[in-house]
Amino acid sequence: MNLKLSFQIAQTHLLAKKRQTLVAMLGVTFGIAMFIVMISFMQGVNQFLEDSALDASPHVRIYNEVNTQRPSILDQTHSADSDVNIVHHQKPKQQLPRIKNGLQMVRLIEKMKGVLGVSPEVSSQAFFNNGPIQISGSMAGIDYPRENRLYNLDSRIKSGSFQALLTNPKGIVVGANLAKKLNVNVGDKVSVTTPTGGNLTLRVVGIFGFGIGTIDNIRCYTSIGTVQEILGKDASYITDIHLKMTDPLLALDFAQTLQKQFDIHTEDWGTANQAILAGKKIRNVMTFVISMTLLVVAGFGIYNIMNMNVINKLKDIAILKATGFGSKDVVAVFLLQAVIIGILGGFLGLLIGFGISYALSITPFETGDMISLKTFPVLFEVQYYLMGLAFGVITTVLAGYFPSRKAAKIDPVAILRG
Amino acid sequence: MTVLSASHINKYFFEPEKFQVLQDVNFDVKRGEFLSIIGKSGCGKSTLLYILSTMDTDYEGSLEVNGERLTGLPQDTLAAFRNEHLGFVFQFHFLLPEFTVLQNVMLPALKLGKYSNKEIEERAYEKLRLVNMTEHARKQSSKLSGGQQQRVAIARALINDPTIIMGDEPTGNLDKANSGLVFDIFRRIAHENGQTIITVTHDPDFANGSDRIIEMSDGRIIRH
Repeated sequence: MNLKLSFQIAQTHLLAKKRQTLVAMLGVTFGIAMFIVMISFMQGVNQFLEDSALDASPHVRIYNEVNTQRPSILDQTHSADSDVNIVHHQKPKQQLPRIKNGLQMVRLIEKMKGVLGVSPEVSSQAFFNNGPIQISGSMAGIDYPRENRLYNLDSRIKSGSFQALLTNPKGIVVGANLAKKLNVNVGDKVSVTTPTGGNLTLRVVGIFGFGIGTIDNIRCYTSIGTVQEILGKDASYITDIHLKMTDPLLALDFAQTLQKQFDIHTEDWGTANQAILAGKKIRNVMTFVISMTLLVVAGFGIYNIMNMNVINKLKDIAILKATGFGSKDVVAVFLLQAVIIGILGGFLGLLIGFGISYALSITPFETGDMISLKTFPVLFEVQYYLMGLAFGVITTVLAGYFPSRKAAKIDPVAILRG
Repeated sequence: MTVLSASHINKYFFEPEKFQVLQDVNFDVKRGEFLSIIGKSGCGKSTLLYILSTMDTDYEGSLEVNGERLTGLPQDTLAAFRNEHLGFVFQFHFLLPEFTVLQNVMLPALKLGKYSNKEIEERAYEKLRLVNMTEHARKQSSKLSGGQQQRVAIARALINDPTIIMGDEPTGNLDKANSGLVFDIFRRIAHENGQTIITVTHDPDFANGSDRIIEMSDGRIIRH
């Protein structure tokens, strides 16, 4: 089999019918361009949602779950195998959300492999008093340098600074929307009350915005000591430990390990953001279904054109066979035409796909203050382009193979005898 | 020296009903012979030619060319054999329309791959000179007249210096002047190069000018 010669013949055939070649090529081009745009955009959306969920939440959160459903003492002393024990309206036990030996745990976990950072927190519900109005929210006592390493707090600041928490024990950093509701600015005082009755007047040293409504609306940060003081607890009182890993996927297993090791409740980001992960799966399936449909349609286009091509070239095929070209040569002539169409159309498709994706990625996208998004999220990954090209070539080869086989099976005698 | 020998060739058509086209055909052809096969339409002469050409493999009997038994060989082997040892000229010229005259002549030689591209081009010019078509070498083959195309087809048939050149009514579609030209070329090839010519023809002048005539009727050879 002489591939170079088959290629020359294929090339001559394609160039002799430029318009037909172009139409077949544009089918592939369009399919692959749309595939690239779809997958880049969908993956961009996935990435954005995942990032915004992961940015503001820990990979693993360790806390003490307050369990209100405990077995009654009656159940514990008298097994209910033969009798029925009924205890009406049992009250929960006095139980603190404290993590025992929390600070030691932080130091231990910090040394573990794959851990990016660990931050202890004291969190409490809080009421912010603005004159006669009380606004509920939550208060997190943080160790600023550690927390900053986890959530890059400095980049979220709108005015003032987080550093001031280190120097000002009565300082507080308030969420942007909460600050608006309280009508406070940096330097103003705000009075905070806890559900247990503690009360403190704090000075606003900063205002932050995560771009996520559920946080900016209710959250404020202050130092660990301040929250311990307002709650009336000692210096070892810790309610939450947040940690981030170098690889978020590792966190899913790591959470289980920690739970066993310290016998404490842990929650990984996957569990906390199940909706986002499910949405991601659904969007992935959708992307592939639509992309495949586009490519299959392009494939049928090529199949039709190649089929017509073979029928138009019956005489030529007979001549080639009469002068000594084998069936493999004939298959090569027509298959190469399909491959050339696939590769050229594919590359053009990648180019156009990149162009459209880029245009999309710089298109302004107005979302309001809530979401930190200025343009459409688009992901540029080499693998999508490789995938697009591979799909394009595979589709065209399949679409070209069957007409080529038909060409190879043609009986030259029937055609040459007329 | 015998270059082609056909023995006990039987051939049937099955559509629309079973019908024996060739009945026990036996003959030998010598090197350098200019042979014409004649007979009325439907006598089986074209069918016989396509069996001799190795393109039709559905027959009984045996076929030897150059001392090699070709009956029963796979299609691709036969294609390679045709490429090297057989040349074809058909009634309807059959050039590849997208290619130039020169490319058409060169293709079988490029397929054979025995010579370099440069040598093949030189040889193609040589064959075109033989049929007096050199000045049209760079033209698109579809732009030529019927007679010119037939001469190019002959040059193509000659490019690999085949042992046998077969023609299926090579003058069937040509006027008197062009028929004469083709006949002269054939006779020269047979007598000067020692290549064998086997043609099927309706043209009595053409047949009478050849070295030997085989006449067929109802699938049998009645005179040779």
